[in-house]
Amino acid sequence: MSFLLPCPNCGPRDVNEFVCAGEVTKRPRAAPSQRELSAYVYFRRNVAGVQREWWYHRFGCELWFLADRDTRTNEVLHTELPQDSAETPVAR
Amino acid sequence: MRLPEQPNERIDRSRPVQFSYGSRLVEGFEGDTIGSALFASGRRVFSRSFKYHRRRGLLCCSGACPNCMMRVNGEPNVRVCTEPVREGAQVQAQNVLGSLEHDLLAAVDHFGGPFTPVGFYYRTMIRPRSMWPLYEKFLRNIAGLGRLDEHAGRSRRFDTEHRRAEVLVIGGGRSGREAARSAAAAGRQVVLVDERGAAGVNGDFEVLAPARAIGIYEGGLVPVDAGSVLYRFRAERIVVATGALEQPLVFPGNDLVGVYLPEAVRRLVDEWSLKPGKRAVIVSADDRGLAIADQLQRAGTSVVESIDLRSAPPRTLEARGSRGRLSSIVLDDRELACDLLVMSGGRQPAYSLLAQAGARIEYDADRGIFVPTDLPPNVDAVGSVAGEMEPAAVPAATLNGAEEVGRCFVCICEDVTEKDMKRAIAEGFDSIELAKRYTTVTMGPCQGRLCHVPAIRLFAREHETDEATIGTTTARPPWAPVSLGLLAGRGHEPAKRTSIHHRHKEAGATMMWTGFWRRAHSYGSAGNEALHVHRAVGVIDVSTLGKLLVQGPDAARFLELLYPNRFGDMKVGRIRYGVLGTDAGRIMDDGTIARLGEEQYYVTTTSTGADTVIEWFEWWNAVWGLDVETVNLTGALAAVNVAGPRSRELLGRLADVDTSNECISYLDAKETLVAGVPCLILRIGFVGELGYELHFTSPYGEYMWDTLLEYGADLGIRPFGLEPQRILRLEKMHILVGQDTDSESNVLEAGMPWIAKLDKDDFVGKWALEHVQERGFREQLVGFEMQDGVVPAEGGQIVLGGQSAGRVTSARLSPHLGRAIGMAWVRPELAQDGTEIEIRVNGGVANARVRLKPFFDPEGERLRS
Repeated sequence: MSFLLPCPNCGPRDVNEFVCAGEVTKRPRAAPSQRELSAYVYFRRNVAGVQREWWYHRFGCELWFLADRDTRTNEVLHTELPQDSAETPVAR
Repeated sequence: MRLPEQPNERIDRSRPVQFSYGSRLVEGFEGDTIGSALFASGRRVFSRSFKYHRRRGLLCCSGACPNCMMRVNGEPNVRVCTEPVREGAQVQAQNVLGSLEHDLLAAVDHFGGPFTPVGFYYRTMIRPRSMWPLYEKFLRNIAGLGRLDEHAGRSRRFDTEHRRAEVLVIGGGRSGREAARSAAAAGRQVVLVDERGAAGVNGDFEVLAPARAIGIYEGGLVPVDAGSVLYRFRAERIVVATGALEQPLVFPGNDLVGVYLPEAVRRLVDEWSLKPGKRAVIVSADDRGLAIADQLQRAGTSVVESIDLRSAPPRTLEARGSRGRLSSIVLDDRELACDLLVMSGGRQPAYSLLAQAGARIEYDADRGIFVPTDLPPNVDAVGSVAGEMEPAAVPAATLNGAEEVGRCFVCICEDVTEKDMKRAIAEGFDSIELAKRYTTVTMGPCQGRLCHVPAIRLFAREHETDEATIGTTTARPPWAPVSLGLLAGRGHEPAKRTSIHHRHKEAGATMMWTGFWRRAHSYGSAGNEALHVHRAVGVIDVSTLGKLLVQGPDAARFLELLYPNRFGDMKVGRIRYGVLGTDAGRIMDDGTIARLGEEQYYVTTTSTGADTVIEWFEWWNAVWGLDVETVNLTGALAAVNVAGPRSRELLGRLADVDTSNECISYLDAKETLVAGVPCLILRIGFVGELGYELHFTSPYGEYMWDTLLEYGADLGIRPFGLEPQRILRLEKMHILVGQDTDSESNVLEAGMPWIAKLDKDDFVGKWALEHVQERGFREQLVGFEMQDGVVPAEGGQIVLGGQSAGRVTSARLSPHLGRAIGMAWVRPELAQDGTEIEIRVNGGVANARVRLKPFFDPEGERLRS
């Protein structure tokens, strides 16, 4: 991986400055069944296409943000801070 | 041995340079390469080939082929044809047993043929298996190319530099220079990279030379090898002007010393004023090759015959020689005596970088070359790499006759012959990609520069199809050989030191790594230091603990959501032990949480976990958006733990508050002055004795340390290190996250069920812990004590009736208890106080007894006293 990633706070930076925490997942609301819990903890959609992900600017502003990245081309279409997001992820 | 002065010669005859070749002294001139100076001294054989150890001489003089690779100042595989002469350099031949003239391994060429066909190493030397050590020793000795200097390790320093450019031009030839000039004229910031010295390259742009672009990666990243610096260029536009590569012809004896590509002859004559031979024959597919007659005439070489493959292609061509040197060629049926053959199979665009960047490579059947098309939007190709070049004949795949008359090399790097390729096809390697891996054609030092197109042509002929159908093999970085040191960069070993670090060194501590931290292992005797904490008072530097301040109206709620514990009910000034878990229920860190105010908590983490924990905190709050903020104080604050029965007396002398048990009781947190320094006192007991952790601003570290040692001198205070602390905590069965727990451990099975408040509405890991409780325990973390003094290895197996029943996570000899103790994961049915278990020790088994309560002070009376 060697692409540039636009941090919503710092602008475009080398991807090595960031940590990717994987795709945004949905945390069950309450008392999930074992199947729901396993799906949430262990299963990922792993799409070949645009995926919404968590990124952390570890060697920069130390903020978490959301990115829409095309997993096939590493093209980052959009990044935003969670508080600016129209659809704030309810949970991971 | 030089010609009279040539119009464009590079050498400066007034400045001689001396270097050694083997044991001889060789003289050249400034402007020579090591190769040209050796040539001037009469040397014609420059190397022995990879497999057959055939004599090889200069072929391309452009740094493309493997024929002139030697060892220069200890560095193997240096192409001496492009390596400038340096005074005092030490040059040696490589890949020979003996000398270049008398190489014992040349036996492979004479006798090995039938026994060493392509891929022989996949099929031979397998049986009998008992012979393998012998085979291996032999193969390791003869395989590989060049030998690394094992002692040179850190003799060179490499660096990495990140650069950016608006326009990066790769290649300093005519087209590259023009592209750079016009981009610079348009006001762009331009950097031009050139493999050679870039003579005559100037303009309003930066020039990096000699330097090589070794690949084009995604996002316009171009690593540039500039010797001891790797520039990682990030360019908005990349202009590739890598030119074209002269292609050899494939015929029997095409590897003999005296067979040259046109550019080699041009440079020998024009740049270094050397006479390449006496009698020459030219066989060329293009005008460039034929034009070499001019140079030869000036050098006084007679051109016996000049064949234009476009008009009069011969049916067959064979080169003959003796002792590896060209003596004659046979053109169809005519034999011509000559010592120089200039061959040209036309030129092929050097498209590799473009292909790496994502361009499609198409075969142009009319011109017989592969050309790049569909360039990515940020990449341009200019000049001959784009296919702009003079018309040339498409040479036949091979120029040998019906019968085999000698070895016909398709790939001179790996000694792959026409016969090898045919054999690979006969064995079923019908795709060029597979045949490449099997025969290793294109996988040698030239990386396909001279063999890629000939291999495809031969493949097409054998399959009775065309080159377009066969297609190319995938171009991958690096495009040019690169030293591993350059890729690794300078060795960085980041270390974190506490503000008290130098006091430990002065006291003679042995230091150890814990994550990036340097910590005192012990100050001489870990056992005695541990004993001393029980008997008097000890002090340990715990500045490495992660220290976070969590504050805001939602602070209590935030922590209650993150930890299984409850924090909202804590009184201000109290401390609670907490274990951090994931939604899978796994333990990730532990530490203490002190409530400093209604909306303020002070959280400590493990020494190695601070960064992970703060990331974790921030991540969850990015979702929850609670009104709380987290500040990382790890580096800002130092901390020491004063522990032992006499610690209260010592603290009483220095603190501005009453230190009685009533005023600061167990698990109390108090902010006060200690020795005049504002401190947060945490009364906790990781090491099992009465103790106080003092947290204060880092710059006071040494002062505080010195003051404690001074005022505690009559109490017998002594520093203790990490190892005695580990003994002490084990006596109390306090876990070390990562040592006693792994990525599968949860708080319930780790024996800390009181941590998890499952009646809370929600916390990270709640559902998983509920599930663990429902399904029952699979294993449990327990203590054990050995029946005799033997200390089992950490990771040692616990056995029950010959079956594995658990594993040891910690084990130490406790000098205070006089016993070997430890902790282990065992099957639930063994997790009863007093159960006898067996532990594998040194091949045998030793008896141990399970303990569920701390070995030392099980009721915590010492801790609370």
